[in-house]
This record gives sequence, structure tokens and C-alpha cells, in this order.
Amino acid sequence: MLEIQGLSVSYGAVDALKSVTLSARPGAITAILGANGAGKTTLLRTISGLVKPRAGAVRFDGDELLGRAAEDIARLGVSHVPEGRGVIAELTVEDNLRLATLWCMGRRERQKAIEATFELFPRLSGFRRRHASTLSGGERQMLVLGRALISRPRLLLLDEPSLGLAPLVTAQLMALLRDHTQGTDLTVVLVEQNARSALSVSQDAVVLNLGEVVMSDEAAVIAADSGLRHHYLGF
Amino acid sequence: MSLFVNVTLNGLANGMIFAALALALVLIFRATRIVNFAQGAMGMMTTFIASSLLGRGVGYWWAFLAVLVIGFVLGALVERVLIRPLQGKSELNPVIVTIGLLVVLEGLAGTIYGNSSRGFPAAYSQSGLTVGHTKIAFSHFDVFILVAVLVLMTGTLVLFRATSLGLRMRASAFAGEISRLLGVRVGVLLTLGWALAGVAGSLSGLLVAPTSSFGPYFMDLVLVYAFTAAVIGGLESPVGALIGGLITGLSISYVGGYLGSGLQPLGALVLLMVALMARPEGIFARPPARRV
Repeated sequence: MLEIQGLSVSYGAVDALKSVTLSARPGAITAILGANGAGKTTLLRTISGLVKPRAGAVRFDGDELLGRAAEDIARLGVSHVPEGRGVIAELTVEDNLRLATLWCMGRRERQKAIEATFELFPRLSGFRRRHASTLSGGERQMLVLGRALISRPRLLLLDEPSLGLAPLVTAQLMALLRDHTQGTDLTVVLVEQNARSALSVSQDAVVLNLGEVVMSDEAAVIAADSGLRHHYLGF
Repeated sequence: MSLFVNVTLNGLANGMIFAALALALVLIFRATRIVNFAQGAMGMMTTFIASSLLGRGVGYWWAFLAVLVIGFVLGALVERVLIRPLQGKSELNPVIVTIGLLVVLEGLAGTIYGNSSRGFPAAYSQSGLTVGHTKIAFSHFDVFILVAVLVLMTGTLVLFRATSLGLRMRASAFAGEISRLLGVRVGVLLTLGWALAGVAGSLSGLLVAPTSSFGPYFMDLVLVYAFTAAVIGGLESPVGALIGGLITGLSISYVGGYLGSGLQPLGALVLLMVALMARPEGIFARPPARRV
């Protein structure tokens, strides 16, 4: 269970998040929706320790995350896939995966996990020794998602996974995400500008506007609120 | 013909030394985007420590080993104490700090050990080997230089290519933030990069000192050549540092042998300019990433 209370973040004089309170439950996808500049990316970066907040609390399964270094938060089982893919272009596909397992797995277990990831994304297995820089946008997204899941996280933070992807690829990724979450104790926080596709896979949703929570409810309820959709989500 | 052979052999030995110091520059640049102008001076300082140890009767190889360890510690200290606090501010600040460190270390060495140059013993004989009936300009010590730098280079490559520590170091250098999100302790690895550069710098000092006028400034020109070598190699690749070192060593050796040794620094400058014009990203630069 991810619980965020009164979280405020400023960049200089600009308030990016204003006393944000929300929670995300295990076994479900919680979509964070809103226009550009709503504070979605800042929210994820604060949870994973890349941004230091002004005030507030971020607790995950009882552990306070604020004040910890990003690498220590990752080692608590938090996988953050940042905006813009985030493959390490200079490393091979396999090394990208291996890197994510170094802190949590022995050699044999690591090899198994890598093979399992290639089974999940068969398309990548042909590119094992290729540099990640040679992959297409969709392949990169598969790689970062595989890399995020390989360490068996308990909390997965996804920032705009559909950005720049063909609708069909996006749909496949979303389906895969749903299959991976249902019936497990994985908590997924999905940041999306593409509200329609995000609402279609998520159970819960939070609408942010200019750093404040406008509404927080079940995804179906938000999808059914046409006024809210028009005003904040643009569809 | 014999002049050519001798000049070539000489260039080979010098080139290996430049490669060692260039490797130090590369290790730091690729991890932190900083050109460490104090790298030569740090090697100078550790060589003075070696000289002191030898003067106190410590055995040559013990002193040699101790100084490599001291170089490791010095590199780590410089990163933690001087460079780390400047992180996240202007990229120029740490570079200026390394220039300041260069001046401080040279002043310190002059104060402690005096500014006049002195001798430094070589591990092996420096008189030329005899091949058939001809004596060539390549000594036992030159063979040692060759082997020592090759061991350093091979060790670095094995570390980077074949170990998980090396994978973490490469990842930290290429993508610090993403690496942290994957649980990699990037800060420790950056310090380790500076420490390893410290070892390479110390080694180059120990290899240069016997054949030069060893004093507080004896590494200055070597740093210029090593920088040339690193730039030719692309500033990011250990293999590039080796190739760049050999190109630089051979080039300035030919300039010295055929045109006069006074022209060697000028030769390096010309080489640097030609290299920057022909291939500004260096021979072994990373391939540009595909934009998607």
C-alpha cells in the first residue's frame, strides 16, 4: 500500500505539488491523470527519491520513503520507469536487464530471471547482445518494462509509457501490465496523458491539476464523469 | 633505417606512458565529464612519496606497490573532498578546482622537496638491448613500461567488460540517474573511478620519472601529451586511450628524431588540431544514439 500525505514540492518559487494526498492499493493499477504541468512526473520523482519535497510523507508498506536515497528506495522494491524510456543506450539489451538484478539476485537466479524476461518479450531475445541504442521506440519500452519487472518490485511507477508508441503497441503494453498486476500484490502507479487508454486498464484514478488533487476515485467513476473528463482530461 | 627503428621504439615506450595517463583522464571524464588537470600533478606527488620511501630504505617493489595504493586513496579523496561538493552546479567549477589543485600540489612539492630536479631509479636497466650485434634504443626498462601499461589496460578492460562491478561503473558513467533507480550506488562508483584513475596516474609518474628530470613540474608536459592522446581516442574509451597514446608517442618521437626535440610540444599541438578537425568526436567515441 502506497500512502502519500500532504506532499508539497517546489522548484524555486514554483509550486509543483501542493499538499497532495492519495493512496494506491496492491493488486491494482492507479492512474495519475492530468494535463502538462499538473505535477504527475514530479509526483513519481518524489516517490522514488529523485526530488526532495518541501513537506509531506510518503509511506510504502509502512516504510517512510522520504529522506532515503533513490538507490535505497529502489532496493525496497520500488521500480521507477522514468519519462522518455530510460534505456541505457550504451549497454547491450542483456546488460540493461542484468544491471537491475545486481543488488538482489545471485548469478543463477539472475540468469533465470533474464531468460524469463525474454520469454515475456520474445521480440527482445533476438537483440540480447545489441546495444539498446539500436532498438525502436516500442522495443525500448519493452526493455524498460522488462527491466523494471525483473527485480520483482512491489511498487511499479510508470511515467508516460505510451508516449510516442503506436496505438496497437500501447494496447499490448497495457494488457501486459494488467495481466501482471491482477491477483498479485504489485502496486502500480501509472502516469499518463493519454487518459482514455490509462482509464481502460486501471482500477483507480487520481486527477491532478496544477499540482493539486482534483478528484480521486475508482477509474470507472472518473471515466463516467463527462464534465470532469471534458474539463481536465480533454476527451 | 636504424634511426627510424630507434625513433619508433622510443615512441612506443613513451606512447605507452601517455596511454596510462590518458586512461586516467578517460576514467574520470567518462564518469563525471570533468577533465582532471591535476592528474599529472597527483602522479608527481605520489612519485615524490615513492622517492622518499626509497630514500628511507624501503625496497623498490614495496615502494612501487605502496605508491599505487596511495594513488588510489588520493584519487578517492580528491573526488570526495573537492569534487563531490560541487556536483550539480556549473560544469566548469570542478575543472577550475582541478587546475587549482595542480598549482597547489606543485607548490607543495616545491616547498617540501625543493624545485631542483633529481634522479629516480628505474626498475630495470636503462641501457639499450642488443639484437644480433646492434644495440637498439629499447631497454629492459622500456620492456617493463610496455608490460606494466598493458597489464593496466587489460585489467581495466576486464573490469569493465567482464565483471558486474564494471557493468555498474559503466552504467553509472553513462546514465547516473537511471542507474540509481535500478539500485546502483552511483556515488561510490564515481569515487572508485577517481581512485582507479589515481592508480593509473601514479603508475605513469613512476614510469616517467627515471627518464626525465624528476622535479615538481616533470609531469606537466606528459599531461599535455596524455590529454592529446585522450582526445584522439575520444575521451571516453580505454582502448581509445591506448591507441591515442601510441599515436601521440610515435608522432612526437618522429618529430623529435627528424626535426629536433624542441619541436615536440608543437608537434603535439599540430596533432591535436589535426585530430580535432578530422574527427572531433575522437576515434573511439560512442556511436550516436538512435533517436526515437
